[in-house]
Amino acid sequence: MTSSVETLVAVLAAAIVLGMPLGAYMARVYAGETFWATRALGPIERLLYRVAGIHQQDEMDWKRYAVTLLVFNLVGMVFLYGLLLWQHGLPLNPEHFAAVTRALAFNTAASFTTNTNWQAYGGESTMSYLSQMLGLTVQNFLSAATGIVIVLAIIRGLVRAKSRHLGNFWVDMTRTVLYVLLPLSVILGLALLEQGAPETLGAYVQAHLIAPFVSGKAHVTHQTIALGPVASQEAIKQLGNNGGGFFNANSAHPFESPTAFTNYLQMVAMILIPVALVFMFGHMVKDRRQSTMVLSVMLVLFVPLALASMHYDLASNPLFHGLSVSQATTAANAGGGNMVGVEDRFGAGSSALFGSLATATSTGAANSAYDSFMPLSGLVNLFFMQLGETAFGGVGSGLATTLAFVIFAVFLGGLMIGRTPEYLGKKIESFEIKMVSLSILVMPLLVLIGTSVAVAFAVGRAGSFNPGAHGFSEILYAFTSASNNNGSAFGGLSADTSFYNVATGLCILFGRYWSYLPLLALGGSLAAKQRLSASAGTLGAHGPLFVGLVVGVILLVGALNFFPALGLGPIAEQLTHAHALVASK
Amino acid sequence: MAARDMRVAVVLFLVLAVATGLMYPLAMTGVGQVLFPREANGSLIRVHGRVVGSALIGQYFRGPGFFWSRPSATSPTPYDAEASSASNMGPDNPALRKHVAARVAAVRKANPQEKGPVPVDLVTSSASGLDPDISVAAARYQVARVADATKIPKVRLDALIKRYTTPRSLGFLGEPVVNVVRLNLAVWKLRVRHARP
Repeated sequence: MTSSVETLVAVLAAAIVLGMPLGAYMARVYAGETFWATRALGPIERLLYRVAGIHQQDEMDWKRYAVTLLVFNLVGMVFLYGLLLWQHGLPLNPEHFAAVTRALAFNTAASFTTNTNWQAYGGESTMSYLSQMLGLTVQNFLSAATGIVIVLAIIRGLVRAKSRHLGNFWVDMTRTVLYVLLPLSVILGLALLEQGAPETLGAYVQAHLIAPFVSGKAHVTHQTIALGPVASQEAIKQLGNNGGGFFNANSAHPFESPTAFTNYLQMVAMILIPVALVFMFGHMVKDRRQSTMVLSVMLVLFVPLALASMHYDLASNPLFHGLSVSQATTAANAGGGNMVGVEDRFGAGSSALFGSLATATSTGAANSAYDSFMPLSGLVNLFFMQLGETAFGGVGSGLATTLAFVIFAVFLGGLMIGRTPEYLGKKIESFEIKMVSLSILVMPLLVLIGTSVAVAFAVGRAGSFNPGAHGFSEILYAFTSASNNNGSAFGGLSADTSFYNVATGLCILFGRYWSYLPLLALGGSLAAKQRLSASAGTLGAHGPLFVGLVVGVILLVGALNFFPALGLGPIAEQLTHAHALVASK
Repeated sequence: MAARDMRVAVVLFLVLAVATGLMYPLAMTGVGQVLFPREANGSLIRVHGRVVGSALIGQYFRGPGFFWSRPSATSPTPYDAEASSASNMGPDNPALRKHVAARVAAVRKANPQEKGPVPVDLVTSSASGLDPDISVAAARYQVARVADATKIPKVRLDALIKRYTTPRSLGFLGEPVVNVVRLNLAVWKLRVRHARP
């Protein structure tokens, strides 16, 4: 546990130390300042505007911002859908993969354009190199950028006064890709390459086995090693909170994450931009206390739950008692604990931590089999998503959801002390609260209705792989992940069926757009308001008391919505598990 | 929605798609092939010019003269490097207990010299099904048997284990592991040399 806790501290420290300057940098980029970065990349930026016919000064109100965002996403989704259907006839397909089926192509296109990266397929046995690059890697960039521009527009709503405008969607999108995502991906991609992640367009390699063996009736003498342009996609997959693996095993695959050090880099990458956005927010509203407040909320939610997950996954599994298995948590034992579905080089502690980071953000990457986590570690994964991915959250979308909860907390606080609630000088009125409530409540509705429908019908129940309460957890996890645009899974679920492709595909789309369009409306409404100067009676939206209020609201909403469902799943599992432990003694 | 916005959406998408989906990965491929050619092509291991595996991708070892690798859940054959996969067995699945019990029995039968409990990683499948490593304890557990089968002295094997062990990164990241592919390749080379008159 000690080294796992050290890893946790090192991940958070690196994200904060690097996130601070990155946040300041991003604030300058989006303000359109002239400085070293815009001097270096400015000519490319202006060239892109000229080619696409974009006028930088053309400001948009929230409706036009929302519509351009939707149309841009739709163009990307149609392009990806077409690419997957036609991949068999296009170049860079050395393994001659067939066209992707329609249901799977729809699911994948919806999933990757919304930053979900739910995968109902195994990459190395389905996707051509062209689909990986021009299809999936592209959406890794653009869906992440979409999340960032959403929160940008909301922050501008708080910053601006008596204005109808929230910025220019095309400019924000271009700058996010050019100044933020591409440079960071190059740096991380090179680091992953150096550590062993492949980057090639060559075909899969045949290896002559050192020790041929017999499996069933087959005499196995060769191993076909899947390769591809892995490192470049892996970098943006982690940085952009996408999480869709090049390979089926995702970040557990030795080519996606070859060493314990790449595992560390991938963990830092998941929260780097979410943390930087919190600092960018402080710069943009010219109130650093806001950064401290939001970051405190995130840390207070994240650290205890992550520690709990690590603790339970490093505990020995009572299922193996009496079997002469050493689960001792020693270094010689590769960390010990629950090693089912865990890679030796990472160990169970780092795997649980990775799981927490992947579900607290919208990444959904996996360096281990979450389906095989101990019941309460699996519960932590589920609960992080069910909190609306507020503890760090997805790039942009996470801060947007957290700000929705902050505004809700301001409203509650205002009611308690009997003052008109206001946040950063903006009055919070009924329209704002309606939009915030809409945004917060869409996700639980999708999760609970989706899960209920799936367990009510045989076609849904048939998807479960494991028996008992855990089978229910698999279904609950799928709808939680889809509706939150997370993309991780309890992988035993048979997700590539028409029912699950369509059902999770719809949850993905509604979860993305119904949650964030109301927040753009919120931004538009806030921008139109005048700024009030703070008076003695204003509730200060900072300090430990306010942090406690926001954390309380987030936990209360999450717990009230989901505890009954969690009781039927992981909590029931834990109780039967504990029972087995007592019985075995 | 003005027609102009529609046109901008299509053109900007195409431009950014070319930048992030072609120029970026192709540039990284070029740089990777020049700066890190070994890694960029899959860290392949060659013996007399023939590819025998990748240092990063595990193989299935079960003979008495080899250090066994971890169980693998890939299908149809174990360590299928075209179809990475975990078992996805839930932590309380009775079938998991059966699998582990059978593996424990097999490991104990193959290693009668060892009396202690079997290290957990040697009887559980990894997340990728391609884990190239085993724990230090799992390697030590098999030394006596490999020594008997190959006639390589135990001290030699201990030295090899040490040589192919990667410690925790920076002293606290991850876990110390033994690369079972490279370890077995070294064992195999020694055996070939011993076998020659």
